[in-house]
Amino acid sequence: MTAAVELMGITKRFGDVVAVDAIDLAIEDGEFFAMLGPSGCGKTTTLRMIAGLDFPTEGSLKIFGDEVGTLPPNKRPVNTVFQSYALFPHMNVLDNVAFGLRMQGLSKSAARASSVEAIELVQLAGMEARMPSQMSGGQQQRVALARALVNKPKVLLLDEPLGALDLKLRQEMQGELKRLQQELGVSFVFVTHDQEEALTMSDRIAVMNQGELLQVGTPEDIYEHPANRFVADFIGQTNLLEGTVEDSSTVCLANGARVQARSDKAVGTSVAVSLRPERAHIAAQGSVDERPAVDGVVDHMTYLGNARVYRVRLDWMEVEVREENRPGAELHEPGTPVSVWWDPGAVWVVGDE
Amino acid sequence: MTDSVRTQTSQRVLGLHAVFVYVFFYAPILILVVFSFSGDRLVGRWGGFTFDWYGEFLDNEQLTAFHDGAIWTSLKVAAVSTVIAVVLGTLAALSLERFRFRGQRVFDALLYLPIIIPDVTMGIMMLIFFSEAITFADTYLGFEFAKGLKTVVISHIAFNISFVSVVVRARLAGMDSRLEEAAMDLYATRWQTFAHVTFPQILPGVLGGALLALTLSLDDVVVTQFAAGPGATTLPVFVFSLIRRGVTPMINAVSVVMLVASLLLIALMLLADGLRSVADKSS
Ligand SMILES: Nc1ncnc2c1ncn2[C@@H]1O[C@H](COP(=O)(O)OP(=O)(O)OP(=O)(O)O)[C@@H](O)[C@H]1O
Ligand SMILES: [Mg+2]
Repeated sequence: MTAAVELMGITKRFGDVVAVDAIDLAIEDGEFFAMLGPSGCGKTTTLRMIAGLDFPTEGSLKIFGDEVGTLPPNKRPVNTVFQSYALFPHMNVLDNVAFGLRMQGLSKSAARASSVEAIELVQLAGMEARMPSQMSGGQQQRVALARALVNKPKVLLLDEPLGALDLKLRQEMQGELKRLQQELGVSFVFVTHDQEEALTMSDRIAVMNQGELLQVGTPEDIYEHPANRFVADFIGQTNLLEGTVEDSSTVCLANGARVQARSDKAVGTSVAVSLRPERAHIAAQGSVDERPAVDGVVDHMTYLGNARVYRVRLDWMEVEVREENRPGAELHEPGTPVSVWWDPGAVWVVGDE
Repeated sequence: MTDSVRTQTSQRVLGLHAVFVYVFFYAPILILVVFSFSGDRLVGRWGGFTFDWYGEFLDNEQLTAFHDGAIWTSLKVAAVSTVIAVVLGTLAALSLERFRFRGQRVFDALLYLPIIIPDVTMGIMMLIFFSEAITFADTYLGFEFAKGLKTVVISHIAFNISFVSVVVRARLAGMDSRLEEAAMDLYATRWQTFAHVTFPQILPGVLGGALLALTLSLDDVVVTQFAAGPGATTLPVFVFSLIRRGVTPMINAVSVVMLVASLLLIALMLLADGLRSVADKSS
């Protein structure tokens, strides 16, 4: 099957700035694909190149097998939902939504009929005559969505479409976007810097940093088996225990302690053992045997209702431990010497690369 | 306590200031209007109410003759130069705001020149330019043209382009260029993008620029005098020449008519401004 979008060695430079650095990426037809990364990492630039709003400096870009490198945006079977919505302020909702169809040469009545349907799809029926300025942020967002979807694009590009919404509306829209995507069966390429959003919504995620593509995989892949230090740290919370590889199943931590951890890195490589807070446990010192553990002192505890998060000071760093709030869970006062332990399979070794 | 005294004093001073401003602004206008209805031949001496000066103004062939009267000349020059200046000025604004090209900085700076150089300099430049151009056309191109209405129109276009492009550019700069990207993403060609998105967005600026150009053209004396030839006397130039020949209250009548016309233009401008703020509110 040909990929919906295929990027091969795509590079984009603005003068001296390398916004996107030799990215290879294939987005499948019908998948919900998230692009995740910190601000300025090149997400928008990548999206704009797929849309045709920027052209790559180098590399090849295909949409359903057709090379589109320097094809203008109006000749590509993709549509964009802009971060700022970019609704036409001088047109009402109906004319905004009908714009794409009109430009493709549809008659006014045909364009209007489809637009009314699209407006219903995003649950704005009855608001056709409103001007964009008379709508809330969430409603404008839906108009932008309808305006793109009405064209039945083969790929829909969304640049942080939920960025401007408050938490509740955001969660509501997340569900709705996912529902729409499944209903329509088209690929959504969804840019966000909210990792939780990416994890809950996507079929696959691409993690970017400083113009480079670090990892592509399912949410589970990326959370469980991050490719490197950056990904481990960026996706979810984690404790990175610095150390060096001793052999394929042992890492020597910075304090000299040896812990069991599988890795395929060369002996002597400096790595970090990624220990997620929810996989770490806390116990009175000396009560842990056999299992890998490090000793420290409780610094403070934060009560979250459904869990308690302990910060434990080790000799050389601090780690976070999250204990579910189960009945009978043992409490550890600040200042108590404790051991932080985990199951051998709970950690993941990451390197710089 | 002292604070409120201070605010009271400053309010009084401000109030007085406002009164002075209004007196200086409007007293001359009032006097002009009043004496345009005065029956005495001497400007500034009240001689009973009369419409005579307006009658004389209407009967004056040089002013009101269809086609070559000063009023018609002014209107023709203003209309033609405004239309051309609006088209060229808008294009200049678009090229400066939306494209990058070689020599852009220089073009940008040169575009402001007509706004900052004094009218007299501009007039003399026009005078020399046209006389050179006439000689050149005559000796090398083999056709004759003389100073007249055309040269006045050209000179008005020359300074109006700058004003129009400045106004339109301000509007363009304030417009979200992502709107244009959105249009292209929605299958609009460059031209369709301009027609359906860019132009409606900058329309208030274009209208404002047009009204400004119209006013400037109708007002201009200095440049026009240098560029004009026989048979191309505009209204302000005619008024100016009347004064040299000796002032009669007919000048008052002419001036009142010009004043009313200007007020109408200003009213139109305010209307365009209203449109602009409506467009802004919706963006
Ligand atoms: N037109 C441009 N000219 C110069 N540099 C640019 C341009 N557009 C983007 N850049 C640079 O390219 C890099 C990537 O920008 P991009 O907008 O793709 O980031 P992003 O990942 O979308 O960030 P954010 O999450 O903040 O939106 C940044 O360093 C940015 O400064
Ligand atoms: Mg961005």
